Parts: sequence; structure tokens; C-alpha cells
Amino acid sequence: MQEVRENNVLQPAMPKCWNEETKPHKFCPGCGHGMILKALGEAIDELGIQEKVVFGCDIGCSLLSWDFFACDSVQTHHGRTTPVITGMKRANPDIIGIAYMGDGGGYAIGSQHLFNAAVRNEKMTIILCNNCNYGMTGGQMAPTTLPGMKTETSPYGRDVEQTGYPTKGPEMVAAVAPEGAYVARGTVANIRQLKGFIKKALENQLAGNGISFVECLSSCPTNWRTNAKQTWEFVEKDMAQYFKVGELRTPQAKEGK
Amino acid sequence: MAEVSLQGEQRVFMTGNEVVAWAAVAAKVDIMYGYPITPQNEIMHYWTRLAPKYGKRFLQTEDEISAGFTMLGGVMTGRKAFTATAGPGNVLMQESCVMAEMMRLPAVYVIQQRGGPSTATVIYAQQETQLTCFGGNGEGHRIVFSTSTHQELFDYTLKAFNAAWTYRFPSFVLGDGYQAKMREPLTIYEAAARGVDLVPTTPLVGEAKPGQFKHLRNTYNTEDELYEVVMANQRDWDAMAPKVVEWKDMHCQDADVVFICHGVVARAAVGAVEELRAQGKKVGLFRPITVRPFPDKQLADAVKNAKKVIVAESAYGQFLKMVDLALCGSKVERVPVLRPGIGITTEELVEEYNKL
Repeated sequence: MQEVRENNVLQPAMPKCWNEETKPHKFCPGCGHGMILKALGEAIDELGIQEKVVFGCDIGCSLLSWDFFACDSVQTHHGRTTPVITGMKRANPDIIGIAYMGDGGGYAIGSQHLFNAAVRNEKMTIILCNNCNYGMTGGQMAPTTLPGMKTETSPYGRDVEQTGYPTKGPEMVAAVAPEGAYVARGTVANIRQLKGFIKKALENQLAGNGISFVECLSSCPTNWRTNAKQTWEFVEKDMAQYFKVGELRTPQAKEGK
Repeated sequence: MAEVSLQGEQRVFMTGNEVVAWAAVAAKVDIMYGYPITPQNEIMHYWTRLAPKYGKRFLQTEDEISAGFTMLGGVMTGRKAFTATAGPGNVLMQESCVMAEMMRLPAVYVIQQRGGPSTATVIYAQQETQLTCFGGNGEGHRIVFSTSTHQELFDYTLKAFNAAWTYRFPSFVLGDGYQAKMREPLTIYEAAARGVDLVPTTPLVGEAKPGQFKHLRNTYNTEDELYEVVMANQRDWDAMAPKVVEWKDMHCQDADVVFICHGVVARAAVGAVEELRAQGKKVGLFRPITVRPFPDKQLADAVKNAKKVIVAESAYGQFLKMVDLALCGSKVERVPVLRPGIGITTEELVEEYNKL
């Protein structure tokens, strides 16, 4: 992105595929969604695929991205973004289908869709924002809430005896997806790396190899009730300790190539 | 690869499910999405045999929620798509139906009703009439064709695709297990052979020109914003209703007693009317083909000279409610014959008439 100056004032650098008219975006201050979508926007720009992208977003905070990009987009129902984009890609394989969702949409209400899309190796890209809680509905326990973590529906801390352990989504997808899948977990604490993962995920779809899935560790200071320092510590230390950042599956180079 | 699979007209003897698959071929459907459930399975069976020969696609999904939503994804790309289900699958699909209503997506659903809930009977019922017309958290902005014969299954499946792509409301073919599994003769045909124009499709997403992107959504910031969208849809639906509404009447003008039925039950009523007329009895039949929109004015007009109406259905009052609403200004006596999950024969309807 180039430095943009207007009336000699430095303007915020935005990816070209962002829809400028809807900026500033609708997310809370300190929320990680904007950072993930910036990484995604830069990856789309670098690959030059803006006109081919269909961006689908779920219910929950992710729906606030329904007008985020200057790309075709569809805001679906809770958990149903994976099947909507699956159906599009099956009907028209020329599109670049991106399903964007939160941990609730991917690992709870839409988990059967994520699991089976992975098993079928759907040639689409799923980007999932993991912020350890249901943000839009006011901070309830999510599949990814850490053990002992307080939320509105686990006010005394998540009791793993009663509610199990946090879902490890990329590990699950990596375990069931056939060859050709790309699976990674990035974090908003390392945007450069996250953007690399997202770009590889899109490239994997462009190559028609199989499913590509990137979970992004993200922040929710509003519902975590944390200040800037605590927020950053939670993302960088607490979350990363449980959810290991890195690539879990990369498509092997095809033989003879 | 051959583009047209059906040439001209063909006289055939087949099951209702097979008929639906051939109608989808005649409609030049690009892709079917589905999940196994009796009694609609053979629609998928025949489609998966026919489809690869003609460059068409099929996706077997993980459940009916997914079958509904993948189908919506398919139609958004401007491809002709459909799904088929029954019973509890119909319940799960309602979530996608309301998304289609509010986003004005040309979705097509074929419903082969079975007795609910759970596995119950997988054979037959008319217990999905209200669900198919008004299911989900919406206003029932849809078109529902209730078929009676195999010929109609073919004709109205073809018509459902055209209606969906013309008016951009989800369209349903409401059949049942008897129609699905029974075998009978009919004529299948290439649309052009009957002068039926297939309505062209257009993509909503995926083929954007630079700067001309679209944002489809069912999220609104205020009650007023939602209200405006719903009311605009309602106006479109009201304007469409008189153009798509269909019914059949038989000897209603001079009838003292009129049978009112839909779907396969209306077929038994045709037999009852013929038998009773042969005995000199003044009976008639009124049958809505579209149960949504409902031919309410036409029904009120058809029974204006009648003394009694016999409303027969294989559910407990789901259809009767629609009839009562249409006849709310009429004093004609209603005699309900309500048999949830049970077939109704010509003999039984004649007996009901004789009991009056």
C-alpha cells in the first residue's frame, strides 16, 4: 500500500479492495476483526482477485463486515456461511469463495458444515475469528473459551468438567481434510504472518487443491473487560499458550512438478 | 456434451420421483443439492444417473440445513438449482426458505410429504401444508403448487423454476409419498416442444464488473429498515398473486354440495364427483392448485350456490384453516373430513356425502 496524503495529512492506508464508503468500520475499538480483514484485504489486493471474490459473512460480530469490501458479498444465517459459499463454488467454480465467521458459527452451530466441507475438501477458503466468546450477544461462553475463563454463561469460570475443553478447530480440520488442504492458525498479534497464511489459503483455492482454513486468534476487549495491556497479554500469551500458532497442513507439491 | 436430453415429447410410465428428475432436466437445471430422506430419495437417484450425461452437477450435503443453504449459494451465482426433501427435512430447510424470501432468491424446493414427526410414517400425509406455506420466521412470501397427478408433477416442477426466476420468490412443489412412489403414465416433454419458454437466469454475485459489487444481506439496523423491505416484498407478492394463482373446479355452478380438497386427495374427490353425478346428485369439486397464494375469491365464487362443503384432507385442519379464511364471509355449512396421515379414497368420500 502506498502512502496517501490529502491536504498534506497522512491518510490511513487501506487495501484497494476495501469499500471506503463504509469506513471507519463498525467494530468496537480494540477488536481484532478489523486487523484480520486488513490482512485479508491486502492478500486479495496482492493476488489481484477482487472481481472474482465472493465474500460471505456469518451472524455474530462477523456480520458487521457485510459491506466491508468492494467485492460481491452475502451475509448469511448463523453457521450457514460455509454451506452458502460451498453451494456457490460448486455451481460456479470460477469464483473465489471466502467464508468469514466467528468461533460460534464455525465450531458450534455450524460445526457440521465445517467438518463436512473439510472432509469433502471443498475448494473454498474459510477464515475464522477466534476471540474466546460470543461477542455480539454480550459475551457468553464459546467453544473456544479458555478453561477457567469468566463469561456471562460461565460466571465462575469455564468448568471443563461440565463444559469440556476449548475446541481446537484447525487441528480438527487438519485431521479430517484430504490431501491438498491448507490449514493454519494465525494471530492478530503477528499480522505479517497472518497475512501470509491468508494469502497461502487463497492461493490454495486458486490452485484448486482443496479446502483452506485459517483460524485467527483475535481480541474482544469489550466483553473481556480488559484494558489495552491486558487485551494484548491475553492474545499473545494466554490464547497462544492453548492455541498453537503456525501451519498445520500445507498441500504437498504434486509429483512431477 | 449433449445440452438437451429430452427431445420433443415422450409417453412414459414412471414413478413420481422419476418424473421430478426428468422435469428438472427439462427445466435445464444446472445443479441439485440434496440429503437422503424417504420418500423423495429417488429424485436424487434419477438425477445422479441423468446429470453426468448432460454436464449437470449434484452435491450430497451433510443435512437438509446444508442442502437448503448450498442451493441458495448455487442460485446466487445465477445457476438453476433445486433441492428435494420431506418431513423433518422440510423443517430443517425452512431456515433457508426464509433467507430466500427476504433476499428474493429463486430457490426451488420439491416436498414429498410424509407423516410427521421423526420417522413416523415415511409414506404419506398432508401434514406439511402449513409448514410449506408459512414455515420459518417470515411472512410466507412463496409460491406453493400442490400437485395431484404425475402429469402435474412434471408440469408444475417445470413451472416452479419459471415462477421462481420470474418473481424471485422461493417456489415449492408440494407432493407426497403416494405421488412419489406410485407409477403411472404421463407425457414428458422438452419445454420448447410445448412452447414453454424457460426463464433466463442471472447471477447475483460472482460476475462483478469493477466497481459494481453487490452486498446481499438479511441484517438491518432499525425496525423501520426491516419494515420497508418486508413491505416492498409484500407489495410484489400481492401483485404477483393473481398471476400465479391456479385452481380447478368441477360442476360447481349448480352443485348443492362441493368437495374442497388439494393434492392427491383431490384425485379421490374427482372419482367421488363422477360417481355421484352419475347417480344424478348435484355435487362439485373445488381444488386449489396453488395453496399459496390461495385462490380465495375463486373458491368463494365457486361455492356461492352450494348448501354444504365437504373439506377433506390428510391432516387435522391445516387446509381447513385456509378454506375457512377464504370463506369467512360465506354462510355455507362446512363438513370437515380430517384424517391426519391417512389416505382418503373415493369410496370414503362418497360415504361422507351419503351421511349428510
